[in-house]
Amino acid sequence: MIQVDVQHRLGSFELNAQFVSDGRVTALFGQSGSGKTSLVNIIGGLIRPDHAYISLNGDIIVDTKHKVFVPKHRRRVGYVFQEGRLFPHLTVRQNLLYGWWFTPGTKRVGQLAPIVELLGIGHLLDRRPGSLSGGEKQRVAIGRALLAKPRLLLMDEPLASLDEARKAEILPYLERLRDDTEVPIIYVSHSVPEVARLASTMVVMKDGLVVAAGPTSDIMARLDLVPFTNLLEAGAVLEADILEHDEQFGLTVLALCGGRLWVPRLNERTLGSKVRVHIRARDVMISTRRPEGLSALNVLRGVVAELAPQRGPILDLRLDCGGQAILARLTQRSVETLGLRPGTPVYAVIKTVGFDRQTLGAAFPQANGADTTAIPM
Amino acid sequence: MLTLTPEEQAAVDLSIRVSLWATVTSLAPGLVVAMLLSRGKFWGKSILNGIVFLPLILPPVVTGYILLLLFGRRGPLGAFLADNFGIVFAFRWTGAALACAVMGFPLLVRALQLSIDATDRGLEDAAGTLGANPAWVFVTVTLPLILPGIIAGTILSFARAMGEFGATITFVSNIPGETQTLPSAIYTFTQVPGGDVAAFRLTVIAIVVSMSALLISDAIGYFVGRRIGVEA
Repeated sequence: MIQVDVQHRLGSFELNAQFVSDGRVTALFGQSGSGKTSLVNIIGGLIRPDHAYISLNGDIIVDTKHKVFVPKHRRRVGYVFQEGRLFPHLTVRQNLLYGWWFTPGTKRVGQLAPIVELLGIGHLLDRRPGSLSGGEKQRVAIGRALLAKPRLLLMDEPLASLDEARKAEILPYLERLRDDTEVPIIYVSHSVPEVARLASTMVVMKDGLVVAAGPTSDIMARLDLVPFTNLLEAGAVLEADILEHDEQFGLTVLALCGGRLWVPRLNERTLGSKVRVHIRARDVMISTRRPEGLSALNVLRGVVAELAPQRGPILDLRLDCGGQAILARLTQRSVETLGLRPGTPVYAVIKTVGFDRQTLGAAFPQANGADTTAIPM
Repeated sequence: MLTLTPEEQAAVDLSIRVSLWATVTSLAPGLVVAMLLSRGKFWGKSILNGIVFLPLILPPVVTGYILLLLFGRRGPLGAFLADNFGIVFAFRWTGAALACAVMGFPLLVRALQLSIDATDRGLEDAAGTLGANPAWVFVTVTLPLILPGIIAGTILSFARAMGEFGATITFVSNIPGETQTLPSAIYTFTQVPGGDVAAFRLTVIAIVVSMSALLISDAIGYFVGRRIGVEA
């Protein structure tokens, strides 16, 4: 449980952010300049805030009213920086063990081996950071932060400096980090796909203020927040069970919204396990009758729940499909033609090929972690 | 030709001893001052900066004379140090070392300051979040990263000390075997009839010593640079 209440002035920029989260991964989401990085710098102890109250599992690390300011080296808050910040004069192994060296002896349980295995960096141990690729550097940086046995891990756009291929390489490691360790993570990002795939809780920021905070699926389903997230990537985030794999056509079938959702084959997932699906609003079509003779495989039944206030020719709407929310983006013209209003029964049509590796990912294990193999930290 | 006279030998030995002492003893204060100038925010910073760099712009004779006033037997600092610690600078080789240290100090500080300015503060922050307190951050991150600057500054300071003449001769005079360094010896030989050969021999030695120092520093710099992955 992390509790944050910060007021801080940086030149003409005013940060005024409050949130509480007990999620596994809390995403601080917002466009550049919204104050996300300043906020994590304050949580990490790199900036001394004007006024703040920050506590971690009830342990106060900053309370300006009572003149409490725990210096960064005593916070045990790990930080993975955008640029990695590996020590160039040390080998990968020495980098990894740097924080471990400074943790109190009794807490030095986290061993090198499981974390090296988790991040797949065993073959890099004797090299120097200068010879690593961007993705390898970030994995080492994550391992280094974990080995210091943090109570909280801050990640400031850890993928932002990487190209798409490297991002795809690291995302599965981040999922494993989320699922196999017990360290809560605050993840700064302006990327909807990353947040949709990783975050359990979202804190949406704009101009130094927290606009909204809550579970990722709730936040992503809110039409009023679409302008704050990202118009292109906006869309519902849902969790679904894997029903079957279709070997012949290379597809996977998910149980969703009381119906079936066909997505490209998820090779690494076993039947019955949960996956996260990010259905972009722009990939969803609406029909008032069950469509026939259509190439799209996914047709889900639902009811129009809410229409967003009009913004030009485009209009977002939220559907209720068997209790789960799906966002769809239509033209104002189509909405008028189909006579859509709250309560109208509709069919949502979603192209299977609209899903890619960015919109599909592993779901969280259950909150109590019954099916997780946690690394002893 | 290759064997030195006892007098020449004494001048060479003394110069090396004086330069080593000057360099080694000024390193720690040089680091402190460079850190203050590079990182510190305090009142009087520009005054400190001025004092440190003054020997670079003053005529060496003036610096030597100021040292004589301050550290001479009757000078305020000289008397204090002699009475309380038994440290005497005036007309001793220690005085020559002090003069060399003062003259080389701006060069040392400048080199250190540049490399401190160039270090990524972000790496120090990262070390802090990993649990290292500021002292450990300095020892394990800052110091290794500025090592090339330390080497460059040390060599500059050593070379400056080997060549120091004006301040030394003004402060501690030119006593063979005690304060007659290589440059003072060369100067003396050029002043006496028939001293040309000896002056030339010492000149060659001065060139050899300085060149060696430069080459050694280059070699060390290359290896250190490779170690921390910086293209030298």
